[in-house]
Amino acid sequence: MTDDMLCDECGERPAEIQLTTIEESEMKTHHLCAVCASEKGVSSSPSAKAPLVDFLAQLGKAEHQESSREPSEPCPYCGTTAADFRRTGRLGCAECWAHFDSRLRGLVRRLQGSAQHVGKLYVHSGSEIGDRLAELAGMRRRLQRAIETEDFETAADLRDRIRDLEASD
Amino acid sequence: MRDGGSLDGRGIAWLAGGGDEGEIVLSTRVRLARNLQGFPFPIRAGVEDSGRILDRARVAIEASDSLREATVWKIDDLDQTDRGLLLERHLVSRDLVERQEGEPAFAALALAADDDLGVMVNEEDHLRLQAFNAGFDLDRAWRRVDRLDEEIGAVLPYAFHHEFGFLTSCPTNVGTGLRASVLIHLPGLVLTKEITKVLEGISQVGLTYRGLHGEGSEVVGNLFQLSNQTTLGKTEEELVDHLDRVTGKVIDYERSARSVLVKEAPTVLEDKVWRAYGILRTARSLSTQEMLNLMSGLRLGVSLKLIRTPSVRTLNEILVLGQTAHRSRAVGGSLDAAEADVARAAFVRERLAAEDESTGTDGPNGERN
Repeated sequence: MTDDMLCDECGERPAEIQLTTIEESEMKTHHLCAVCASEKGVSSSPSAKAPLVDFLAQLGKAEHQESSREPSEPCPYCGTTAADFRRTGRLGCAECWAHFDSRLRGLVRRLQGSAQHVGKLYVHSGSEIGDRLAELAGMRRRLQRAIETEDFETAADLRDRIRDLEASD
Repeated sequence: MRDGGSLDGRGIAWLAGGGDEGEIVLSTRVRLARNLQGFPFPIRAGVEDSGRILDRARVAIEASDSLREATVWKIDDLDQTDRGLLLERHLVSRDLVERQEGEPAFAALALAADDDLGVMVNEEDHLRLQAFNAGFDLDRAWRRVDRLDEEIGAVLPYAFHHEFGFLTSCPTNVGTGLRASVLIHLPGLVLTKEITKVLEGISQVGLTYRGLHGEGSEVVGNLFQLSNQTTLGKTEEELVDHLDRVTGKVIDYERSARSVLVKEAPTVLEDKVWRAYGILRTARSLSTQEMLNLMSGLRLGVSLKLIRTPSVRTLNEILVLGQTAHRSRAVGGSLDAAEADVARAAFVRERLAAEDESTGTDGPNGERN
């Protein structure tokens, strides 16, 4: 989803709603933020993005009202917060899907009309290189977090294990 | 696999036209969004992780049958004009080539030797596998990208969840990660003002539309990209079939609208087509938007046989090669907006004149003045 596009009307807020009009048989597409769209009396119901905006707005309110409850903690893996997600509409990593699970489930159901994947199934049937790369990547990530949180004991242990794994080429 | 090199002639095979319903559907594409286990998504990945993701992608590309002979371009190594070329050829998204300052590097494009299969690396998701072809052929594009997905997924472990499916950075892509689209020319529906109804209908059946350059782009030249809105809760085949069936109906509506125009307003129609031709053939300065809008009139005229030239290939070539980055590359520099408009007009005049000469007529329909 493109989030860098600004509202045609105010030029300040990100455009969330695509409004199509026909003027003198030329199609025109306007990109509006939710505020300018509602000022123009545009109902956003058929837009795909509208549920996302609605949901994100609710997320904001909920966080305000229930700040003692979830999800004030950022994703433990990548550090993405609910506010980040609200701002960008993007999750930071695969773990965000687990971390924000309860909220995402509702959003996904509203956006997609379903929350159950029925398409291709995927099991990575362990190509050796793939497994090792994934393991290494995960360990490097944990190492970085250990360093950030000054957990040097874990960091040293991870560093050695990464070195061993890399050396087993 | 080859690294970098010239973009000359790459990724423009579809301009030759042809393919099913080639006069109305310009091209078809299917893409799959995939992310690797163990790495943050590009929005959160730092320089090191992004570099590792590209390294892994290269390993998998090299190991795949589909892309073994591919060329890989790192976006950072391309100048602004080359990035523009990729964009104008629809090989990459704006997101991939217009990196914001501070965004990680290592964005890349891999393109198969036959130009109709590719991978964007470190776009919104780690991998965007994509297949394209001329005309209307969703089934072929889907089969090619599905096969590539099997090959890449066998080497690199994808982030997959038993309920949410393939995990993506944006919840609008999760599940299958599949976005199938057709680039379709609908001047008949726009002129008969039926387009709003058709677009409303499309959104009611779970499809959406965008402009020529995808997400967030304006609709110009009556060119629409129709695609599936949702990516979860249906199988890949269901999503592709659904777009296929609905596009078939839109083509029928477009044909009916054209018949109505021919029957009810033949002079208006003919006048529009010939005026478009006249301006394109003589203008000294053309903005991209004006060119695209006039080309729509000309394309309609060719399709309805109101005008004999140019060929579909020339129409397609002007559409892509007439855009600013292509004109800049042709003069070996970068053109400002006014210079580009002048260069574009000259290019269009030349291409249209060449076609008339090669068909041995003084003008379309062989009319002599």
